[in-house]
Amino acid sequence: MGFIAGIFMVVNFFVPHAVGTQGEWMLMEWARIIGAFALILGLASLFRTHWNKIRRRQSQWGYSVVTLASFALMVWAGIIYGSGQGPLAERLVTVKSGALFEWLFNNVQVPLDATMFSLLAFFIASAAYRTFRARNFEAILLIVAAIIIMLGRVPMAELFNLPHGEHIDAKMPQIYEWIMQFPALAGKRGILFGVALGAIATSLRIILGIERSHLGG
Amino acid sequence: MRDIFSRLQEIDRRWLYLLIFAAVVIPFLTGLKLPAGVASPATTDIYDYIDGLAPGSVILISVDYSPASMAELEPMAKAVVRHAFTCGHRVIAMALFPEGAMMVNRVLDEVAPEMNKTYATDYVNAGFKPGSVAVILGMGKDIIGVFEDTDAEGNALSNMPVMAGVKNYDDIDLMIDFAAGNIPFAWITYACEQYELKVGVGVTAVMATDLYPFWKSGQLVGVINGLKGAAEYEDLIQVPGDGMLGMSSQSIAHALIIFFVILGNIGYFLARRRP
Repeated sequence: MGFIAGIFMVVNFFVPHAVGTQGEWMLMEWARIIGAFALILGLASLFRTHWNKIRRRQSQWGYSVVTLASFALMVWAGIIYGSGQGPLAERLVTVKSGALFEWLFNNVQVPLDATMFSLLAFFIASAAYRTFRARNFEAILLIVAAIIIMLGRVPMAELFNLPHGEHIDAKMPQIYEWIMQFPALAGKRGILFGVALGAIATSLRIILGIERSHLGG
Repeated sequence: MRDIFSRLQEIDRRWLYLLIFAAVVIPFLTGLKLPAGVASPATTDIYDYIDGLAPGSVILISVDYSPASMAELEPMAKAVVRHAFTCGHRVIAMALFPEGAMMVNRVLDEVAPEMNKTYATDYVNAGFKPGSVAVILGMGKDIIGVFEDTDAEGNALSNMPVMAGVKNYDDIDLMIDFAAGNIPFAWITYACEQYELKVGVGVTAVMATDLYPFWKSGQLVGVINGLKGAAEYEDLIQVPGDGMLGMSSQSIAHALIIFFVILGNIGYFLARRRP
């Protein structure tokens, strides 16, 4: 079945025809429906994992209680409570602007999520000081490139001047752009070619039934 | 001298944390504003493209990031939407990222009232749809059909003036994906290559290297690159916002990290030379 669907999509991509397009449209609809159910599967998996952790009193099970309580609160605010008015069927498909769900998102999830990611700045600062060492030629190249990129990504014009009076700001972005558009881009293209060839090979193995690990085999 | 550097090698990391905290927070508290600097060609390409579109053109934006990347991506999303509204374009917003639908509201709810734009007439939030590639491919045939004729609040899209004449990608003049993940690659592969949709991206700085090859090959209209890109765009539209404010913090923090790298290496070499 996977072989037929895979070959059909490949052929339809290169030889589009009205009949094929109808079939492609149908398959795309199926994919969207499967995608929606995959979300439910993900939620069920999350619930089961944390529920088992609480039931078995595993280490740090208290965090699982918080996770499930937050999960239940957001489900209640988004689906059951909704906008606080209207029939349940309508609340199931929409999130009204200004509703409790939006308030919780903006005032709880946004600051928590942003804070978690912001912690990265502290770890980067610590790592820069303790582990970013010029141990060999490659490491020196990496450090020099990193410093140029970091300077190129910020407007330092008001802080530093070149000896002949020209703003360093005028040079750093140019050097940054050169690094991005030539050496970095060349390296990235090489990686992309490799990834693309790998993706084609993997896709062919899946279509031809050679690769079955995604089916649990 | 060596002893000082040697002692610095053993410094409690919490001092470093304190310094980086001060470097980030003080510019916000003092309102220090550094200029955005020279706009990169990748940013100006998007600005010029939007500027060159006829008024009433349709710009599709996909907001595919969570609050974790909000600091970098929200300022650029606001700047682009503000620019689109200034030019008289229509904006259709959507999300392929679960949190994206709510992040869209944060952008539109702030910018639209400032610009006196009306929901459903000048802009719409079509909401989140799961199944990214399937959604992108489906929209090539029927945009309203993919969203089952409902916006994020359950209103009928087909009745909205903003959707007038919009059937599929042929009716979209530009698509911009604000993303912190792999979704831009799906837009390039399927919407740009299969349907010849003009695609631009606004991404976190760490992702920009991955997307520059597509910009240089002409598959992307442009790349708005991280907070610097956001500040550049704000500078181009001459409406300073969170991007320019954040650049001061980023400048000081980058300078401090460079200082840490140099200091750490001096200490490392002095320690190595010690008999």
